[in-house]
Amino acid sequence: MRNVWIICRKELRSYFVSPIAYILLAMFGIVFGFFFWNAVGYFVYAGIEAQMRGGMFPMNVNEQVIRPLVSNVSVIGLFLIPMITMRLFAEEKRSGTIELLVTSPIRDVEVILGKWLAAMILYSGMLLLTALNFAWLFRYGNPDWKPLAIAYLGLLLQAGALLAIGTFISTLTRNQIIAGAVTFGVCLLLWVLEWVSDYDSTPVARVLAYLSVLAHFETFAKGLLSLKDAAFYVTAIFLGLFLTARSMESLRWRS
Amino acid sequence: MITVQELTKRYARNTAVDHISFEVEKGQIVGFLGPNGAGKTTTMRMLTCFLPPTSGGAKVAGFDVLEEPLEVKRRIGYLPEMPPLYPEMRTAEYLMFVGKIKGLRGAELAKRVDYVLGRCAIADVQDKVLGKLSKGYRQRVGLAQAIIHNPDVLILDEPTAGLDPKQINETRDLIRGLAGDHTIILSTHILSEVEQTCQQVIIINKGKLVATDSVSNLRHRARGAGSVLVEVAGRNGALDPAVVKRRLEQVPGVSRVLFKETRDSRAVFEVEGQSARAIHGDLARAIVESGWDLNELRTAAVSLEEIFLQLTSAGEEKMDSNPDSAAEVDAVAEKAKG
Repeated sequence: MRNVWIICRKELRSYFVSPIAYILLAMFGIVFGFFFWNAVGYFVYAGIEAQMRGGMFPMNVNEQVIRPLVSNVSVIGLFLIPMITMRLFAEEKRSGTIELLVTSPIRDVEVILGKWLAAMILYSGMLLLTALNFAWLFRYGNPDWKPLAIAYLGLLLQAGALLAIGTFISTLTRNQIIAGAVTFGVCLLLWVLEWVSDYDSTPVARVLAYLSVLAHFETFAKGLLSLKDAAFYVTAIFLGLFLTARSMESLRWRS
Repeated sequence: MITVQELTKRYARNTAVDHISFEVEKGQIVGFLGPNGAGKTTTMRMLTCFLPPTSGGAKVAGFDVLEEPLEVKRRIGYLPEMPPLYPEMRTAEYLMFVGKIKGLRGAELAKRVDYVLGRCAIADVQDKVLGKLSKGYRQRVGLAQAIIHNPDVLILDEPTAGLDPKQINETRDLIRGLAGDHTIILSTHILSEVEQTCQQVIIINKGKLVATDSVSNLRHRARGAGSVLVEVAGRNGALDPAVVKRRLEQVPGVSRVLFKETRDSRAVFEVEGQSARAIHGDLARAIVESGWDLNELRTAAVSLEEIFLQLTSAGEEKMDSNPDSAAEVDAVAEKAKG
């Protein structure tokens, strides 16, 4: 377990020593900031309009601001996750440092968990930026914190699954750009797979829709804790990390 | 300390390492010699548990590389061909990281980092970023990471490749200095390196073991096969090489005289004797007494280079034979003689 932490600290340091982490955090902060500003602006506008008409529209910060925003976070995440994971193994392979890791008395699984954990921590840093925005809602409004907490849990689970898949893809190549591009393609596909369910309900379509990571986020966005969807993400995390382990092992047979 | 038995690595299309067996005793420096692509790196990677062997096995410090890889890794320090450095880390920080993944903790870790910084003469760059270090420093940091956990066995893949002559000497001195505490295998394709640093040499070619012997034995054989080069000059401009050759053949102990070349009034001969060293004096006396000038007289030892070249090309001719190393070297020495 200690080795996991050693690897994780090393990875985090590489993120923050290079511009990667800062650029990702800044881009995410700006994009999410715009979404937030937009969502709150529209909410205020709708509120004023409702007042002027004298109608009693049920205005709800949770439903009308937080819920669409966390869905947005999960979509922005799809774009940024490849950039987090692409270097994890590809860079070690290119610079030859993978030989150091593999010939050191630590287990493959410790290396993999350490790297994945570092990616999770960087992603959590991005979520922290969203929390700064949401804090204003609590300052000036009175939203319920529980659905938000469940949404965060969902975001973390979803990111964990995609990061695990990205980590796996990073072991397949020594070229970061390739790792990033393939991960992006896979993330995008896992997002849009859900669309088939709009017009088709054959078993194949149902399976495809089930595989869509975004579909499983909807319950979390609503603030509902669904064990079924949580299990999907946890399974995906295990599968991704398992494939990473197999791939790392096969490096030795192939290289 | 290291036992390798019938170690084999096959890939889809070729066999990189083919039934290699050897043993290395504690505290020795062994040179792993072969042309590029001979299978040196592959063998080393199997010893460090980076690659699993296809068949056969190896034991390091009593632990099998397949069955107890973690124990083997704990006892091995490995410097790959390209030092495994993280370009964004600083030297001391990098050594701390390597020390930690090698299992060092706390005060011991700090002590070992200090020690290797001094030992490898890299204390002056300990706060520099690794990506900006010169090649010589990178190599020494690479060595430092290999010895940080004080391993029993050190495996160094071409530790002097790409260094300038001064750095090569420094690196060799460093490696020699490490010998007492560690058993060292170093690979190289430079023969003089083996001559200068190693006690034992293992020569492989195309994945097969060609010879294992001590360096002094090899060198001795090389010298025994040597001949004497003589340059003779006529005193007043004219010199008949045929006359000189006949005179030299009469010197006791000389078995054969080869005329090499003539320039102006000088002529060069290669003289072979039954025992090369004993004929020097007689040759000199014979030449001077015959009224010629002796310009040069030196032992033309067959260099290790020649032995190596012949061993590795001999290996190509009879790939299937399992050469007995001593006989093989003798045969080469004979060849060089005649």
